[in-house]
Amino acid sequence: MLPIILLSVFGIALLFLGFAKSKAILLPATLLFIAIAFGASFVDWGKNYMYFNDMLLSTNLSIAFTAIVLLSAFMVVSLSSSFLEDESAQPAEYYAIMLFSLVGAIMMISFENLIMLFVGVEILSVAMYVLTGSDKRNLRSNEAALKYFLMGSFATGIMLFGLALLYGTSGSFVLSDLRSYVNGGVAYGSPLLLYMGLLLLLVGILFKVSAAPFHFWTPDVYEGAPTLFTAFMSTVVKTAGFAALLRLLSFSFTGIYSFWGVILMAVTVITLVVSNFTAVYQSSFKRMMAYSSISHAGYLLIALTAVGQQSKQALVFYSLAYSVATIAAFGVLLVVSRHQSGEGKPTDESYDAFNGLARQNPLLGFIMTVAMLSLAGIPLTAGFWGKFMVFTTAANRGIFWLLVVAVLMSAVSIYYYFRVIIAMYLRDGQTTAIRVAPFYRYVLIAATILTIVLGILPNLVRSLV
Amino acid sequence: MQPTQQVLIPEVIQQIPLNYYLIFSTALFVIGIIGVLTRRNAIIIFMSIELMLNAVNMLLIAFSSYKSDPTGQVFVFFIMAVAAAEVAVGLAIIVMIYRNTRSIDIGALNKLKW
Repeated sequence: MLPIILLSVFGIALLFLGFAKSKAILLPATLLFIAIAFGASFVDWGKNYMYFNDMLLSTNLSIAFTAIVLLSAFMVVSLSSSFLEDESAQPAEYYAIMLFSLVGAIMMISFENLIMLFVGVEILSVAMYVLTGSDKRNLRSNEAALKYFLMGSFATGIMLFGLALLYGTSGSFVLSDLRSYVNGGVAYGSPLLLYMGLLLLLVGILFKVSAAPFHFWTPDVYEGAPTLFTAFMSTVVKTAGFAALLRLLSFSFTGIYSFWGVILMAVTVITLVVSNFTAVYQSSFKRMMAYSSISHAGYLLIALTAVGQQSKQALVFYSLAYSVATIAAFGVLLVVSRHQSGEGKPTDESYDAFNGLARQNPLLGFIMTVAMLSLAGIPLTAGFWGKFMVFTTAANRGIFWLLVVAVLMSAVSIYYYFRVIIAMYLRDGQTTAIRVAPFYRYVLIAATILTIVLGILPNLVRSLV
Repeated sequence: MQPTQQVLIPEVIQQIPLNYYLIFSTALFVIGIIGVLTRRNAIIIFMSIELMLNAVNMLLIAFSSYKSDPTGQVFVFFIMAVAAAEVAVGLAIIVMIYRNTRSIDIGALNKLKW
C-alpha cells in the first residue's frame, strides 16, 4: 500500500514545485514520482496483507492491476510535453491531479471494504471531471466536463443506494462478511434488498467503465476532453473499474452467480453490438476511439461473465494490451493534431487527418498500424492474445453463443480500425514530415515493442499472475 | 454484529418501523432521479443529485441504528465529505460554462453529438 501514501505525498509536492519559475522540472519530476510508486508497489509481492484496519487488501492480482495503471499513467504523462509550451496550461496542477486520481484507482483495485470502493471511485471521478474541463476557454471541453460531471455523480448516487441496501441486508461493508452472507449466513433483511443492492451497485460501476446501455456519455466526453486526458481516462479508469468489478463479483457474490451472470451477459451483448456498429459510422477518429473503448469494455465483460480462475489472468493481460495500444494510438493523434495547429491549419480529428501520414513519417505510421492491429486483435500483437484468453474463459464456462457474438463483432471492428491504416498508407495527403521530440518517440516505440513482444511471448505476463 | 444486539435499540427509534424509513428513502431517491431526468437547469439537476445522496444517508442511518452498528453512520460522514468535494468541482464547472455561454441550461450544450 506504499504507492497510495507515496502518490498522495508526491501530488502535494508537485503542487509546490509549481511555484518554481521554470516549469521544465515538472515533467521529469512527475515521471520520477510515478516510477518510484511503480517500484514501491512490488514491495508486497507474494504476500497477502490487510492494510489500514482491514480496509485494503494487497494481493498479487491487485499489484498487477496497480502496475498496469501506473505504467499507463507513466506513458500518458510522458506524452504531455506540450503543456510546457502552452501558455494557458497549468502543468503542476494537471500532474498533481493525475497523481491523486491514481490514488483513487489503486484504492478501487485493492479495496476490502465497500467504503474504500466508494472513496476510490470518487477520488478518481472527481479528478477526471477537473481534467476533462481543463481546457477552460474551449466550449467543447466545458460541455464534456458538465456532461461527465452530471452523469458521473448521478451514477455515484445510484451506486451509493446499492451500497446502502447491501449494508441493510448483510449488516456489513466488509467483502468477506458479504461473502459469508451471500453463501448462506445470518440474514438481517430480505434477499430482495440484496438483489436490488447488487443490481444498483453494478449499474454504478458499469457506468464508470462505460458499458452499454450506460455508455451514452462516453463519446461526448472522450471527444470534448483534451486528447491527453482522453488517453488517461480510457486506460486508467477502465482498468481500475474492471479490477473493482472482478474483486466484487469473483470474491463476494459468487454465491448468486445465477442472478448477476444473466445481467452481465445481457450487458455484454448490448455493449458489443451497439459499440461496434456505431463505431463503423463515425467520421472522427477520437469518437471512433471512444466507441472502441466501449467495445473493449464489452470484451473485458466476457471474462467477468465467465468468472473463474482464468478470468483474472485474462483481465490483467487484456487491460495491459488494451492500455498500451490505446496510448500509442492517442500519442500519434496528439503529434498529428499538434503538427496541424503548428502549421496554422484548424485541428482536424477525423480520419482525414491521417491521410498520407505514413509516406513522410514511416515511424508514426508503423506505430499507429501496430496499435490498430492490436486493438483489432490480429495475431502477433498483444491484442490477439488478450482476446484469445478472454474467449477461452467463455469457452471453458460453456457460454458458446456469447463467444459467437464476440467473434462476429470483432470482425466488424476490423473495418473501422483498418480505415485508419488505409488512410495512412493509401490515401493522398499533404502531411509533411513531423518532428517528434526524442523522448516522446522513445515512449511510442516502447509501447509498440511491448505490444509486439507480448504478442509473441504472452507467457511473460500470464505466468506472473 | 449479532442479532441479539437488537435489544440495544432505543425505544424511541423503534416507534417507527424500519420499513417506513426504507420507503421514505426510496421515495426521496426516486424524486431525485426524476429531477435529474426531467429538469433542464444545471443547478436544479445538481440539487436533485444531492437529494439522491441525502436519501442514501437517511437510509444508512436508519439501518445503522436498527442494527446498533456504527459503520453505517461512519459511511455517512464519508458520503458528506465526498459530496462536498463534488459540489466544489461541480459548481466550478457550472461557473466556467456560465462565463463562456451566459447560460446554465443544458439544452444549450449541443456541440458534441453523434
